Amino acid sequence: MIYKVISKPEFRAFVDALVSANTSYGPRQVDTSSQGEPIYQFMPVTSVSDIAFDYTVTASSAKHLLMPFRDELSRFSFSNGDWKQQVDYEAQPIVLIGLRPCDISAINTLDEVMLKGPYPSPYYLARRKNTFIIGMDHLPLPDCFCKSMNRHTVNHGFSLFCSDIGDRYYLAINSAKAFSCLKEFRIEEPSDEDNCLLIERRKLIKHSFETNIEVSGLPVFLDIEFDSPIWQKWGNKCLSCGSCAMVCPTCYCYSVEEQFDLDLKGSSRESHLYSCNLIDFAQVAGGHNFRPRNGDRLKYRYYHHYRGFAANDNHQICVGCNRCGRACLAGINPKDVINDLRLERESCVTCVSPFPDKA
Amino acid sequence: MRDMRFTIPGQSLNREPFIDRIPDFQKKCEVMITDRGYKCKITNIVPLTSQEKLFLLRIVDPMERELFNFRPGQFLMLEVPGYGEAPISISSSSSNQEFIELCIRKAGHVTSAMFEARQGAMVSIRGPFGTSFPMEAMRGYDVLMVAGGLGIAPIRAPLFWIGNHRDWYKDVRMLYGAKEPSQLLFNYQFEEWKKVSNVNLMTIVEHPDDSWKGRSGMITALFDEFTIDQDNTFAIVCGPPVMFKFVCSHLDRLGIPMNRMFVSLERRMHCGMGKCCRCMVGSTFTCLDGPVFDYWSVMNLKEAI
Repeated sequence: MIYKVISKPEFRAFVDALVSANTSYGPRQVDTSSQGEPIYQFMPVTSVSDIAFDYTVTASSAKHLLMPFRDELSRFSFSNGDWKQQVDYEAQPIVLIGLRPCDISAINTLDEVMLKGPYPSPYYLARRKNTFIIGMDHLPLPDCFCKSMNRHTVNHGFSLFCSDIGDRYYLAINSAKAFSCLKEFRIEEPSDEDNCLLIERRKLIKHSFETNIEVSGLPVFLDIEFDSPIWQKWGNKCLSCGSCAMVCPTCYCYSVEEQFDLDLKGSSRESHLYSCNLIDFAQVAGGHNFRPRNGDRLKYRYYHHYRGFAANDNHQICVGCNRCGRACLAGINPKDVINDLRLERESCVTCVSPFPDKA
Repeated sequence: MRDMRFTIPGQSLNREPFIDRIPDFQKKCEVMITDRGYKCKITNIVPLTSQEKLFLLRIVDPMERELFNFRPGQFLMLEVPGYGEAPISISSSSSNQEFIELCIRKAGHVTSAMFEARQGAMVSIRGPFGTSFPMEAMRGYDVLMVAGGLGIAPIRAPLFWIGNHRDWYKDVRMLYGAKEPSQLLFNYQFEEWKKVSNVNLMTIVEHPDDSWKGRSGMITALFDEFTIDQDNTFAIVCGPPVMFKFVCSHLDRLGIPMNRMFVSLERRMHCGMGKCCRCMVGSTFTCLDGPVFDYWSVMNLKEAI
């Protein structure tokens, strides 16, 4: 990692050059919410003026640029009672601009899931290797809880990371390609003042988090609370629509479906990003459903995110961006569910306290 | 101006299978499978009942045929091009390199399409995936196999294995239950298993009809008819989820250690490679850590059966 400093106009010139030469995605305002607040999404950009550098947070994550909602895995072509299968791993190079530390963390988590284990995914690998990521730090929204998940800073997984220090950006350069691209522009060695400003900026971000979730020891809590009525309570609210999984930066569960072409001369096998909250997620042939109730499926999602599964080494995969909380139509957010879960046990009156006099 | 494109040229992703000739049961599946399936020809179709058929597949490419090695209990992803993929347990002998037998019940989209297939049709398989029954660890022990309904399909593989290595095992007993006499699959092989493989086969049906002369009742009723040497027995249980509960708790009461009882779980896998999470049970993948689990692991998994 190399650290440099670049002035903001020069940085815009750099981004402009990068954007004009590559397929690029950056935050753009796409709509305005009913409260009058702008809604941002990662959208294709063609010049630097398209990019809203001062955006708060996007409604959807950048996940779908690495794992598209629909991804063709293979293609069959039929002829004379026989068929041929084609598998294409090629991916077009893309530039992602303006990802937040939590988004980059989420991509690192996806890397772990998709690229480790006995069967690494070549589709993901091809996209990941051909992705150039420019990260930017930001002041958290009131409902972000990245700090609780320890994802408010990121040390790897990007090509270039920019910290805003007044009229300049403090750059962390993490790839040779990024460095050689930047050579054309005026970058300077960071001075002592810049270093101090960076530390100040980090402190400011760290202390700006208003929402905190106590996640220490959460896996044990979740195991104890497997049969808790809390899940049914939140399950009754849940509409099983799957919005949370669609906006989540680390939800990667998918289904594989196959469809004939309209001319019946071929067919394509596609992976569709899926949600464990949808009713048929755990249904098997013959109609038996292993998780028939809303509460069961909601619980399963929280288990995946806060207890972790074998594939990701039992790490918590939630990054604390609270996109699911904002997207949920029923107003369910992780902070409330987890606090509810903790409170139920910690304020339980029937449990015998080992220190009765202190209770 | 410098070239700002950062394309990584020729990112060749070679995912051709590398093969571990002797797959280790303890490790996860060593064989790496491409998303490209092995092309198979349906060489024979044996109708078993109105709902089940036995398909004999032969991998077309001789090289791929040699690469496809599996162990009893593993499953493969059967692809009917145009219709989709479904996980199917392999029910042929693992020593048979020429043919793969799949016992398929008409249950969903893909299997219905498979039912329409005729001899000579081309399908595709990926695999084998998953864990297998620890046949070597059972050496020198009694083996008790319990199959319910379609559970006979995955149990046929260890049964053939035992037939090939009969001197490894002491007393081999197989209990097989079905709802109706007409639903007893592979009844044309019963005599072969009894006489050639020297397996003590006991059958039972829940709802007997007039022609049925054997036992009737639940499969657990068979346990009263013989004694189990609980310290020297391995058990393999396959069947519908309801059966696991009754049979495994019964065997537990008889004193068979939980780590010597093996069950094969059923889930609808979509990738078979531990990615799509559709087959997740508790915190394990049925496709990587299963489908064969020992009963101890299943007991500790929530929502497993």
